[in-house]
Amino acid sequence: MTAAAERVETTGTDTDILAIAREQVLERGEGLSEQQILEVLRLGDDRLTELLELAHAVRMRWCGPEVEVEGIISLKTGGCPEDCHFCSQSGRFPTPVRSAWLDIPGLVRSARETRETGATEFCIVAAVRGPDKRLLSQVREGIKAIREDGNDIQIACSLGMLTQAQVDELVEMGVHRYNHNLETARSHFPNVVTSHTWEERWETLRMVRAAGMEVCCGGIIGMGETVEQRAEFAAQLAELGPDECTMNFLIPQPGTPYENYDVVEGKDALRTVAAFRLAMPRPLIRFSGGRELTFGDLGTEQGMLGGVNAIIVGNYLTNLGRPAARDLQMLDELNMPVKALSDSL
Amino acid sequence: MDEQVYCGFCGQELTAHDLAGCVGARRAAMEPPRYCAHCARRMVVQVTPTGWSARCSRHGEVASG
Repeated sequence: MTAAAERVETTGTDTDILAIAREQVLERGEGLSEQQILEVLRLGDDRLTELLELAHAVRMRWCGPEVEVEGIISLKTGGCPEDCHFCSQSGRFPTPVRSAWLDIPGLVRSARETRETGATEFCIVAAVRGPDKRLLSQVREGIKAIREDGNDIQIACSLGMLTQAQVDELVEMGVHRYNHNLETARSHFPNVVTSHTWEERWETLRMVRAAGMEVCCGGIIGMGETVEQRAEFAAQLAELGPDECTMNFLIPQPGTPYENYDVVEGKDALRTVAAFRLAMPRPLIRFSGGRELTFGDLGTEQGMLGGVNAIIVGNYLTNLGRPAARDLQMLDELNMPVKALSDSL
Repeated sequence: MDEQVYCGFCGQELTAHDLAGCVGARRAAMEPPRYCAHCARRMVVQVTPTGWSARCSRHGEVASG
């Protein structure tokens, strides 16, 4: 008899968190509470397979088998005035990353390369506190040039904190999704960033949502947060209700305050991915930066079978990913169709 | 062009360089070079979805194959 069955037999009530999640999340589509997420995060390795299977079932039930594929590009690299302790692009730390601007032909070429992979989403990213007129002008010109190139890929942006006028301008440009990560639990954020607040980020997300853009929000696992703070973060994201939750795993970057942090252990990372799916049954959950280092090839497949339904293919902003063709082959072998652009419109 | 004498990931001289201690070199598949192999100047690096390019003000540009 399993431990869970024994508990039911003796108490008449199933108190096993995965049995509860099966009924609450899988059957009714209601995400787990913070306390319930914490229970999931505390499950032993002996329950990991069962947890991943449940997270996958939840994803299939509430999202379907399609996988959204995205490419990203750094329009403005480095020299950021903020002090996000994980980031090699902060101008406050002695990292080897130098400032760079991508020109419009380079942006158009990158969008074309991304579309050719079958990706439906192209995210333009800038390392800034928030966009100035020059950056917004570059984004506007870039989107126009991408369209003139005959590329119908959906455009997302990640340009830091926004004013209402900037939100409205991005909507008018046709940006359909905005990425702005809360990065970590509210209680841990002051340990990660001191140059702005978690609440300032939340305010940008609120304006983005109100303006009708899709909200992409997630963070980075492995920045010294406790397991309780990991549960707190998942619950806060669930409260936000993003259209997409992007999950990064810390790549300790030379020169940053986190350069000597350990990479998140693979099983721990898989447990976290699955727990986030049980907290948020419906949004896209995207494998983002750090997956190659944290999961490797096998772990990536396990993650795709453990609640993830979106990936970034190709390279990241300052780090390299594995070739897009390998990810697409993996999805094919897993019988997970790439979401078509026609499904997104 | 000069001989390649510096690690592209940390800028140390290759003669004195401990590969095992260089985080960038260990993660070479995940990192573009950041330092010029000829003079150790920090390069301006642009990563794109399918490649990268790195420009040294003295020795010009290198790029992924």
